Amino acid sequence: MSKVLVVLETAGGKIRSHCLPGITAGKQIADARGAELHLLVLGANAAAEGAEIAAAGYGAAGVHTITDAALEPFTAEAWGDAVVHAVKTLSPAVVGGTASSALRDCLPRAAAVLDAALCAEIVAVKSGDTFTRPISAGRALLDEQLSGDLVFFTARGSEFAPAEAGAATTAAVIDGASVDVRGAQVLGISKTESSRPALTEASVVVSGGRGMREGANFSHLEQLTDLLGGALGASRAATDAGMVPADLQVGQTGKIVAPNLYIAVAISGAIQHLAGMKGSKTIVAINKDEEAPIFQVADYGLVAKWEDAVPALIAALEARKG
Amino acid sequence: MTKILVTVKRIPDPDENLKFANGGLDLSSVKWVPNAFDEYAVETALRLAEDVGSKKTKHAEIIVLSICPAKQRQHMTQFLAMGGDRGVIVDANDADYDTAAIAKMIAKVAQDEGVDMVITGKLSQDNEGNQVGQRVAALLGWPQACFAAEVDWDQGSNSLKVAREVDDGVETKQVPLPALVTVDLRVVLPTSVRNGINPADHKFTDGPRLASLRGITMAKRKKVKTVTPADLGVESAGGEKTTTINKPAARAAGQMVGSVEELVEKLATEAKVL
Ligand SMILES: Cc1cc2nc3c(=O)[nH]c(=O)nc-3n(C[C@H](O)[C@H](O)[C@H](O)COP(=O)(O)OP(=O)(O)OC[C@H]3O[C@@H](n4cnc5c(N)ncnc54)[C@H](O)[C@@H]3O)c2cc1C
Ligand SMILES: Nc1ncnc2c1ncn2[C@@H]1O[C@H](COP(=O)(O)O)[C@@H](O)[C@H]1O
Repeated sequence: MSKVLVVLETAGGKIRSHCLPGITAGKQIADARGAELHLLVLGANAAAEGAEIAAAGYGAAGVHTITDAALEPFTAEAWGDAVVHAVKTLSPAVVGGTASSALRDCLPRAAAVLDAALCAEIVAVKSGDTFTRPISAGRALLDEQLSGDLVFFTARGSEFAPAEAGAATTAAVIDGASVDVRGAQVLGISKTESSRPALTEASVVVSGGRGMREGANFSHLEQLTDLLGGALGASRAATDAGMVPADLQVGQTGKIVAPNLYIAVAISGAIQHLAGMKGSKTIVAINKDEEAPIFQVADYGLVAKWEDAVPALIAALEARKG
Repeated sequence: MTKILVTVKRIPDPDENLKFANGGLDLSSVKWVPNAFDEYAVETALRLAEDVGSKKTKHAEIIVLSICPAKQRQHMTQFLAMGGDRGVIVDANDADYDTAAIAKMIAKVAQDEGVDMVITGKLSQDNEGNQVGQRVAALLGWPQACFAAEVDWDQGSNSLKVAREVDDGVETKQVPLPALVTVDLRVVLPTSVRNGINPADHKFTDGPRLASLRGITMAKRKKVKTVTPADLGVESAGGEKTTTINKPAARAAGQMVGSVEELVEKLATEAKVL
């Protein structure tokens, strides 16, 4: 039976939760093709991690692992080599995973070596070989048909439900990979430490824009965010101005989010920002300019200065909580 | 001298409304503009090449490459006016080729020109493939530093130290040359690019530079070589084929609320999100 192979990332010995929507996309493609879903685990300790992932199954027919110290920390070079080796060993018809920064970095590399087409950031599976993806900052949806014995995809995490654990499956080791970082060296990663949920996984996101004026003012939004148990986001204007770290940026070039509730404060609503949040279930916009384009996508719009509206909103929510 | 190849694409003006027609986009009357990320790529190359102390000294030759109809090269002229040294055009309607084919053309030009560095945008704003650069690096067998927010050229070890925007934060990756870089938005902030020659704290003007009048005059005299995909050994358009392009469903019309109290009430009872 033909195979759909989904590449996973792990951290602390466990599957990273942002990978789960990619498994769902892979499963949908496998079902549309009458193919089997398989999972690929790469890392310095992949065999052990793979065994644990196989115990949770996630609807896969098998888990495959490549263990090599050079696969950690992640580099596109070594991971690209490992994916190429896995493809040569398992001969899948489709390879993909969630469109994380890591897979967006390494999968096109593997696709190029294998001379395969790649459909990026798919949001829907139309058939076994045709996928839908947004283009031009989400203003159009492209149905792209991929031809070839091998094709690649990356799936937008906000558009597929996280895969759930299911019946256990088996894990198998793939030997003989030779992976090479090509002289690249990861010197470090500076993470934005936060006790809040990940921006892409939170059910509530509160974002601030240029109208917040300075970083210190984001403390009001943080208070609102924490009251709602959400994650903090921002527009490019706010991140470029250094008010908040760059990885909070929502939009075409930032994170794509689709929470239950998105609150945009002092954000004008440029198309590049909308591209990252208009899939949200309920959108609230607070802006002092009634002409701001953000109101065109908002379910609830409030024309007000944030200096008045945000403290009032915090007080009202606190009162409700009692 | 170090040679840097920068890839640039022309795209329909992203600030204009899209026109949908016959299951596709009607591009007959669009205004073509340079892809913003490619402006950032050219600015990055210029900053890497520039000796701000003695304006005349350049530490790299910058070759600008575009796959586009040869007659529609305004964007190429603009990039040469910004400071690119010479151009290469692959005369083709790039929309007829998929990202794999485009990447093969770029990799072949990089090889033929014997460049030390390729800089691409991280994304084309229209197609949003986010993959051409990675593919070029793979085809050349080079290391890559994608989604660059800062680039630091260490002349001693002839390597690049690149701060990359990744999901969790910022990763610093060092790659020996030859290497490929794809640039993100923040690479054009005033201190994002350092070449080891200028003072470390030199501040460039924010954003990609505008072409000067002198630059515009000079651009007309700069060499632009034209080749075809076939010259580069690329015959096939590749396996990514557009079937239809549709307009996304519009969001249902929303409502304006008059007060914070009304907002909270509606969020609780109507939207049921509290
Ligand atoms: C290639 C490219 C990619 C991009 N990618 C992204 C992206 O991923 N994400 C993104 O966000 N942007 C992106 N942008 C930038 C985007 O085009 C806009 O410039 C940006 O989103 C504007 O941010 P803003 O809404 O915060 O600022 P502005 O547009 O300046 O809006 C500020 C708003 O705040 C309001 N305001 C001011 N004071 C107050 C107050 N006291 N109370 C209430 N409201 C107030 C104003 O009325 C105004 O509407 C990109 C641009 C390009 C060219
Ligand atoms: N037709 C083209 N000509 C030159 N460069 C291109 C072309 N298409 C894509 N590129 C380069 O590849 C980058 C990424 O494109 P994409 O993978 O389509 O998002 C762009 O920012 C350009 O630098």
